[in-house]
Amino acid sequence: MTKPLEVEQETSLKVGNVATKSYALQESALVKWSLITISLIFLALFLILPLVSIFVTALEKGWATYVASIADPDALAAIKLTLTVVLIVVPLNAIFGIVAAWAITKFSFKGKNVLITLIDLPFAVSPVIAGLVFILLFGAQGLFGEWLFQNDIKIVFALPGIVIATMFVTFPFVARELIPLMQMQGITEEEASISLGASGWKTFFFVTLPNIKWGLLYGLILCNARTIGEFGAVSVVSGHIRGMTNTMPLHIEILYNEYQFTAAFAVASLMSILAIITIIIKNIIEWKAKDV
Amino acid sequence: MRKKKKSVLLASAITASLLLSACGGDSQANSEGKVEILNVSYDPTRELYVEFNEAFANHWKEQTGQDVSFQQSHGGSGKQGRAVIDGIEADVVTLALAYDIDEIAQTRQLLDEDWQTEFEYNSSPYTSTMVFLVRKGNPKGIKDWDDLVRDDVSVITPNPKTSGGARWNYLAAWGYADKKFNGDEKQIQDFMKQLFGNVEVLDSGARGSTTTFVEREIGDVLIAWENEAYLSINELGVDEFEIVTPSLSILAEPPVAVVDKIVDKKGTREVAEGYLEYLYSDEGQEIAAKNYYRPRNEEILEKYSDQFQSLDLITIEDFGGWQEAQKKHFADGGTFDEIYQ
Amino acid sequence: MELTLKKRKKNTIIPGFTLTLGYTMLYLSIIVLLPLSMVFFNTLSMSWSEFWETIADPRAVASYKLSFGTALAAGIINVIFGTIIAWVLVRYQFPGKRIVDGLVDLPFALPTAVAGIALATLYSPNGWVGQFFDFKIAFTPLGIIIALTFIGLPFVVRTVQPVLQNLSSEIEEASASLGATRLQTFTKVIFPELLPAIITGFSLAFARSLGEYGSVVFIAGNMPMKTEITPLIIMTKLEQYDYVGATAIATVMLITSFVLLLLINIIQWYTNRKFNLK
Repeated sequence: MTKPLEVEQETSLKVGNVATKSYALQESALVKWSLITISLIFLALFLILPLVSIFVTALEKGWATYVASIADPDALAAIKLTLTVVLIVVPLNAIFGIVAAWAITKFSFKGKNVLITLIDLPFAVSPVIAGLVFILLFGAQGLFGEWLFQNDIKIVFALPGIVIATMFVTFPFVARELIPLMQMQGITEEEASISLGASGWKTFFFVTLPNIKWGLLYGLILCNARTIGEFGAVSVVSGHIRGMTNTMPLHIEILYNEYQFTAAFAVASLMSILAIITIIIKNIIEWKAKDV
Repeated sequence: MRKKKKSVLLASAITASLLLSACGGDSQANSEGKVEILNVSYDPTRELYVEFNEAFANHWKEQTGQDVSFQQSHGGSGKQGRAVIDGIEADVVTLALAYDIDEIAQTRQLLDEDWQTEFEYNSSPYTSTMVFLVRKGNPKGIKDWDDLVRDDVSVITPNPKTSGGARWNYLAAWGYADKKFNGDEKQIQDFMKQLFGNVEVLDSGARGSTTTFVEREIGDVLIAWENEAYLSINELGVDEFEIVTPSLSILAEPPVAVVDKIVDKKGTREVAEGYLEYLYSDEGQEIAAKNYYRPRNEEILEKYSDQFQSLDLITIEDFGGWQEAQKKHFADGGTFDEIYQ
Repeated sequence: MELTLKKRKKNTIIPGFTLTLGYTMLYLSIIVLLPLSMVFFNTLSMSWSEFWETIADPRAVASYKLSFGTALAAGIINVIFGTIIAWVLVRYQFPGKRIVDGLVDLPFALPTAVAGIALATLYSPNGWVGQFFDFKIAFTPLGIIIALTFIGLPFVVRTVQPVLQNLSSEIEEASASLGATRLQTFTKVIFPELLPAIITGFSLAFARSLGEYGSVVFIAGNMPMKTEITPLIIMTKLEQYDYVGATAIATVMLITSFVLLLLINIIQWYTNRKFNLK
């Protein structure tokens, strides 16, 4: 009982305040390497293999087929539509995220927890329901359906429907990233700035924004990734008109249903590359954020 | 404080303008001499309409000098019918079942209830039937519906609740059992129960089922549209599959219709009607036959007779029409639900 | 410190309360609340008995059990492996660690339909992985669990990781110096600290899994009573033009989601307070 204690004290003394763990605070090499192996096998089965299979299938029929599948007019239209949706949805949700985080973290008021829960809600709502609600609202049978039909405004089965359904699904991402961050930072800096006579606007730009920029960027990237990849909700409101209302994930489904498996996986691999780029950017942001 | 107000107003303005710009995105340019048609169709007609649209565009240009371009939307028949009800502005619908178009007519009155008399042959310019796709050499020796209820046979069919084709499958099997058991409901129900007991994967659409059977190599027999069976053989492996035609099947009539209210609103009635009529022309019938749909035109059917085996065909009328069939078999609590209870 | 902070918050001089809160509420109402209320609004057209009949239909009930069971199973798998992965990523050095760390986010960034197709290809009886098993994986509840595990993994890892990183080494040292074995230190000291994060991660993954559609339909097999998930029941009802039935099931799912989320937020709120008091 006493013997190991001495050893431990000795080692922890030696290491002192340095961040590296002392010998006694680590598992045996056996435990360590088996944990690492378990992790790697698990990740290989669930993440790496699917990714590899996408690329292998995509390139099965050679590079030329791959390029042709992506350069197909319908594929290009799908890519363009997806990018358009990103350009509209991401800025809007970013503005919302900042404003909501400001309201929630800089002031205290009743019902804050309920508000946060409501902001989180789209996250837990099934994408199918997310699509359905906009059909109930803007579909021809829906609340505004008759009025929209009379005035010849198209929302569902057109770009606005896809945008708004995507907005719903990606709604919490930026806010969710900023709220804990701004909560941690408190309000002292902003108060100092205000009491020194700076306007609210100025305070936000010169005090708050620099503090939250990495968190904001991170939120934007998550929001962006989800916007690109949303399938369920968009599938309900898109109408699947070729070359018009098919986003990239829907286009993949269509190709798949046309027995063009190679082409489907080619577009899927393109989306995987986008996902990987997203992850790389995210990691760069994390390093930078840590350095700051 | 005031600046903050301004910024929030600015943010709201950006929100609004972005949303508005999104709304204005796709105004239809219906300028002189150019017209656009949206054909909302079901899953297996993709290849058919790619070819037919091109042929019709040429024909229409010759006839009227007008350029016509097409937009196609494909999906499960029920899903597509719902899309039209919910507001997709289809000029024409070409779906798998009359029931889906009936539903459009009833819930939104977008077309007359007697739409099916608009065109010849129940508004179905081409027909098909339900056949079996088996693996090369037919290792399980599947010849008729009786073999599908054998213990050692595993069956692939889509879900009749979501797939139009699957409803034809279901009714064909029912029709066979009905004949076999002389209409004894109890025995028919047992037959269906056994059959669906052999179903391994119940995909939501016909295309999903084909993929399961062909790509995933699950199941011994796929019940499919005749045209789908041919297509999958040609697209996915001539020497891997065989078609087995059962002794009895159902005459599947995929109907077409002009959506009156939409074409009147868009001013596309003339071309929409011309489009569907052209499906009955020699060229249209020929294209249908080439895509493995049975043409109505006897001569063209004769020409392609080696790909269309003759068999006993029951029709939807034997079930009292789609409304009756839907209510009895596929609605909640219908015979299909009883199978799984 | 705690007291003064609270006091200050009450009479804060920071501007923009009404406006930011107003904008938040407005945007929230338009994009989230109004649309979601349509579900309840549409359900109201049913009588109570009709509503009950729809949501208590044997097929619907089977689907709740399936969705719940598979989400639970996937959540538990993710808790175990997610915590191990988080631990490995925080505590150990090994070649390729940075890549592994980045990879954890993949399910988040990859479209669910793509994931579903890829997983179905891999785990079907003739797939790269499926061929090694005597029993079927894809097209059974097992396949659904795999898809949901894929979807939920980042949630557990990414909530546990930061907590593990911030865990001060002092308490571990204290525990060890008091004679605890490494396993005891983990179960008695580290694990309780991680527990709120693990629960949060689990609940997030669970909530997300309950509603997941895109990846599951490709791998589920969709057999009524056996492999039919609740979102698919909604889709099925929609495709039969049964809007009211679809919204009734949606109501059940929505209430479940809301309760789950509230629970997560209460856990987070509770643990935050605990930390603040320290």
